[in-house]
Parts: sequence; C-alpha cells; structure tokens
Amino acid sequence: MQKIPMTSNKQPDHPLDDLIRTDRIPHIWCPGCGIGTVFSSCLAALKGSGIDLQKTVMVSGIGCSGRAAGYVKLDSFHTTHGRAIPFATGLKLANPELNIVVFSGDGDLFAIGGNHFIHAARRNMDMTVICVNNLNYGMTGGQVAATTPHLAKSTTTPAGNPETPFNLPLMAYACGATYVARWTMLHIRDLTDSITEAICKKGFSFIEALSPCPVNYGRRNKQKPLDMLKLYQEKAIIKNDADPSTLDIDFEKGIILGKFIDLDRPTFIEEYDKIYRPSRLQENVPELNS
Amino acid sequence: MTKPAVLTGEYFMTGDVACAEGALAAGCRFFGGYPITPATEIAERMAIRLPQVEGCFIQMEDEIGAMAAILGSSWAGVKSMTATSGPGFSLMMENIGLGICTETPCVVVNVQRGGPSTGLPTQGAQGDMMQARWGSHGHYEIIALAPSSPQEIFYLTITAFNLSEKYRLPVLIMTDEIIGHMSEKVIIPEAKSIKLASRPRPKGRKDRFKPFAPGPNGVAPMPAAGEGYNLHITGLTHDEKGYPVMDVETQTEMMARITEKIQKNLDDIIQTDSYLLDDAEIVIVSYGVSARTSMAAVAEARKLGIKAGLLRLVTIWPFPEDQIRKLADRVKGFVTVEINLGQIHREVERCAGGKVPIFLVGHSGGTIIHPDEVVKMLKEAF
Ligand SMILES: Cc1ncc(C[n+]2csc(CCOP(=O)(O)OP(=O)(O)O)c2C)c(N)n1
Ligand code: SF4
Ligand SMILES: [Mg+2]
Repeated sequence: MQKIPMTSNKQPDHPLDDLIRTDRIPHIWCPGCGIGTVFSSCLAALKGSGIDLQKTVMVSGIGCSGRAAGYVKLDSFHTTHGRAIPFATGLKLANPELNIVVFSGDGDLFAIGGNHFIHAARRNMDMTVICVNNLNYGMTGGQVAATTPHLAKSTTTPAGNPETPFNLPLMAYACGATYVARWTMLHIRDLTDSITEAICKKGFSFIEALSPCPVNYGRRNKQKPLDMLKLYQEKAIIKNDADPSTLDIDFEKGIILGKFIDLDRPTFIEEYDKIYRPSRLQENVPELNS
Repeated sequence: MTKPAVLTGEYFMTGDVACAEGALAAGCRFFGGYPITPATEIAERMAIRLPQVEGCFIQMEDEIGAMAAILGSSWAGVKSMTATSGPGFSLMMENIGLGICTETPCVVVNVQRGGPSTGLPTQGAQGDMMQARWGSHGHYEIIALAPSSPQEIFYLTITAFNLSEKYRLPVLIMTDEIIGHMSEKVIIPEAKSIKLASRPRPKGRKDRFKPFAPGPNGVAPMPAAGEGYNLHITGLTHDEKGYPVMDVETQTEMMARITEKIQKNLDDIIQTDSYLLDDAEIVIVSYGVSARTSMAAVAEARKLGIKAGLLRLVTIWPFPEDQIRKLADRVKGFVTVEINLGQIHREVERCAGGKVPIFLVGHSGGTIIHPDEVVKMLKEAF
C-alpha cells in the first residue's frame, strides 16, 4: 500500500483514476448498487489487457448501466435506448482499428435493443458487449424486464411476473457469439479476467454480469441490500463450459457461472474484406479514414 | 476491384442511382441501410460501389439500426449515408434527433411514397415534408433539400454532404418515387471540378479541447474517435465539454447552439430557383417533381396571358421565408403545388401573412400533379 504522510489531506489517487472522468464524480449510482463494481472491473480489464486505449471506445445505451460511458475517460458515446450496438457497428466498420466495448443494461440490450444484439452476434461483429443484469429497469423506477424472474414483483408486475425471462448466454450462443461468460459482481476477479479475455479476443464477445439493484428490484422483492449478494455467494455454481441450455437463472437451485463459449469464426469485417475488398488484405492499403 | 469514386461521363440514370453516385463523389464511404421501395436501388448501388472505393456497405436489421450505424461511422471520421422511404423514415426519427443533439454530420435520403403507414409503396408523394421538419421530438433546426431531376439529385447529394459537414448535422434529401425511379440524362463532371467540404477539425491541446465550443461560424470543430481526445458524446443535454448537465441554462445554451448555427447562416444554406418570376403577378411555389409540373403550367399560363411565375424551392428547410415575404408585398397571389394535402402550403400562408390570397393544388399521393390542374387553378382563382 502507498504511504500517505499524516500532514496530507489529499485523498490518495485510485489506481483506476486515469480511466475515470474524475470531474464527473460523484456518479449517479445508488448506495448498494452493483453497477460501479462491474464498471471498475471493466476498467481494470481495459487497463490489464494491454490494448491501445487511445483506440478504445465505450458505447452505452440508456439506463443506470448506460451511464458508464459518461464516467470512462476514453472516447465514449451515450447513445439512444437500445441502440448502442448498431452505433458501435458503425464506428467499427468505419474504423476497424477501434476496439469497441459496449456497456449497458439488460433492458437496453435485450428488450428494446434485442434485435440489434441478435444480428451483431450473428454477423460476428468484432466487439465486447457487457450486460449489467440487475433483473429490472433500474433507471425508470423498477419495471419488469426481459430478465425479470417469473413471479418476481416490479412496478408493472405488481402481483408477480407472468412471463419467463431470457437465458442470456443461451441466446448469445444461439445467435453466434464467439465468447460467452456469466459472472456476478461479487466474482470480481473472474469477471475482470473474462472481460480481459473478451476484449483481447476478436469477434463478438458477450459477458453477463449479475448485479444488484437494491433500490428498485430488491425493495419490491423482500430483499435487503445484502441479500442479493448473499444469494450470489451461496447459490453460485461455477461450471465452465456448461451447456448453454442449462443456464436459466434459478435462485433456488443455483446460478451457473463461468466461461461457456470460446470459439473462433471469421468476423464480419474479415468476410467482407475477403469477398469485397481483397486489396485491403494486402499491406499498406490506404486507410478508409482518410 | 478499385474504381474511381467519381464516374465522370454522360449517363442515362435513375434518380436513385444518381443519388448514390453523388454520395460517392461527395466522399461518402459508409452506407447503412434497410431495403424499402422506392429507395432500395440506392442501397443496391452502394453495395456494389462502396467496396470499389475502399468504403463499406452494410444492410442493417432495421432502419433504427441503420440510422444509429451512420452516426457511429460519422464519429469514426467517415462520411456516411442512409436512404429510406416513409415507414423507415419514421423509424429513423429518434436517432435523427441524436444526430441533431450530438451535432453529427450525415445524410438521410427519403424517397417519398404515399402514406400514412404502408400506404402506396410503389407510388410517389410528397407527404413527409413536415415530418422532415419536426419528426423527431423537441425543438431543432434541420436542413432538407428537394431535387427535381436525376441530374439535380446528383448535385444536391454533394451539397447535402457539404452542408452536413460544414454545419455538423444530419441533412435530409427529400425526393420522391417519381424522381427516384425516373431515368434521365445525368452528367457526372470531373472529380477536380467538384467542391467538397469537410467538418471543421480541432487544433491545439487535446486535453483542453471542448467538442461543443462553437467556432467562428457557430460550428464546433469535430475530432474522430481514436484520435486521443477522450470525447464524451451524449444525447442528454450537455455543455461545451460534452458533459451532461441537466439544467435550464445548459438546455438554453445548447439549444441556441444547435439552432443558431443554422439561423445565422441562412444566406449560405438556402437555395431557390425561379422561372419567369421577375414580372410575375401570380407565383407558384413548388419543389421536387411538382416543380416540373409547375414549370409546364407557367409556360401554358403565359400563352393564355396569365402572368404566372415559378419559385422553385431547392432548400425546403430552413424555409425561404424572406423570399416569400418579399414576394407577398408585390404579387397578386400564390399557388402552392405539392403532392400532399397542404404542408408547404401552410408555410407559404404563414409567410404571406394574409396579404394576398393563396391556393393549393395538391392531392394525397400516388401520381404526379398534371399541369392542366395547375392552369385550371390559375384561371379560376385569379
Ligand atoms: C425510446 C425510449 N424508451 C424508453 C426510455 C425510458 N428508459 C430509460 S432507461 C430505461 C430502462 C433501462 O433499463 P436497463 O437497460 O435494464 O438499465 P438499468 O437502469 O437497469 O441499468 C427506459 C425504459 C427511453 N429513454 N427511451
Ligand atoms: S436504481 Fe438500481 S440500478 Fe439504478 S443506480 Fe439505483 S440501485 Fe443501481
Ligand atoms: Mg436493468
């Protein structure tokens, strides 16, 4: 640990400060919210990955999780609700040198933006998508999401959710993602390792990060702020390479975590260049961005 | 595989293809689209041509994604475009607003067909003119251009890119099925004779750079992602740094920035054209394909001794208010000719301010307006 002279009243710098817009702190996230932990895990991964951060872009949609783009000190875009992935697609195709990280919420990526997720995975668009899954729409006050467990309460399912939630890793796998993992924000080391791996891997990578929303989800489902964390600890079953079809979240039987998919197939840009722009495959071709 | 971006020569071309060639000549190197009649041919042409000029084409999963993708590619420093028709234009509205708010240059083409809803997919109309003005939520300024021929769509597409780069906003090309599908002679000039504009570029220290601090003409310089500026770009109300600040002062300042850069440069932006207007007593106001009909009607009216003239709007938005106001002081009346039930007509009415009578020749879409209908109105109304 760094030694601080007793006379100094300056706070020590946080090791991730150089990746944070400190002039935008305090952030908007509630006490007990898990987004900040997933965010710092993502920053640690960005730092540890060794990629060129000047060529790295974070794109978010709208929601509490989507505010991440406003705090990261990288080129960062806070777009419209659900549209981070197609916006990021445009960035990547126009400048393939950019490393793209999409950081957003479950509602953003899988309800309003679900179609874009499906197609970006199918195309194997080279980007890393991190979904903060807090089982509800936090920002708008706790409505039901495509991830809300069956029977769970929300402001728009006051007597319990009649619907069935998505199994996100299964969906990502079925759509063609080449890297799929799920962790909770409590499994911070594994989460950071997975994000690092995903960032360094070409192709469409997807990481689901379970994260508590005590204010809007917990409160309506008889959970005190620490209860969700206890569930993450007690119910976690780490099972790398688990069959994606077995990954429904079940807080009673257990939540399966791990890296499930890690495979290789050509990205959209590789295929496009092969078929349409073979001259770009040779060296020293002029850049698109001229 | 590489071919020139500017296909200098004389062609027999549809408006849609001429639009695509104009985009390439303007430096467009990214197209994100979704098929829709009668705009599909623009996407199809771009799919062939963009890789020939080291550009990139992608058919997105819908028009929402297409619009988002062209904003993203613009922030990567590449001139970008999409093309659609009514239903797709409706889907693009939210992200057109993001483009306005984040001051992102790009071009959106609407090859109009009859609406509302699925309407008349294969038949022309001019019914989206007010949607072009106000279709995205909130108050803003927009630029929209209306070409009257395949040749003009070639040039106006270049103009649209130049204006979008200069003033940093999405520029709309409001054409229609008739111009889009019509084949006519199109001359593509030599590349060196085409004047191109590019977004203002930042100078000075990167760490002190403010992406929304306006330059001399009210427009802020624009870097690209990956250049080391640590940009933050948001559709939330933001200050000059680009940081979200949700208060009345910041909202007022931001709105002033995005509206005044247009309002203070009207002379540079607005283009109109005229035919026998100098001594005209009755002025036809028209645009796009209907301006061609109107021109024939003016010629016919003159033969009948009616002193008619045409004011052809090339720029629809911002609206050429001053010109209409001045004309209202000296002419006997106006006739608006457009394929809708009175959209630009209301603007003419607003600007003429009750000084002279105003009539509409319009219908709800599906075909052109015949010159005879215009002549009939000229004979009956005045
Ligand atoms: C087009 C549109 N519809 C609705 C909204 C309102 N809205 C803002 S955030 C949000 C949900 C966010 O949920 P999620 O993505 O799960 O993020 P969280 O806040 O839970 O992190 C909604 C519906 C919006 N901003 N835009
Ligand atoms: S509402 Fe929920 S998700 Fe949003 S900041 Fe608060 S705790 Fe976090
Ligand atoms: Mg959520």
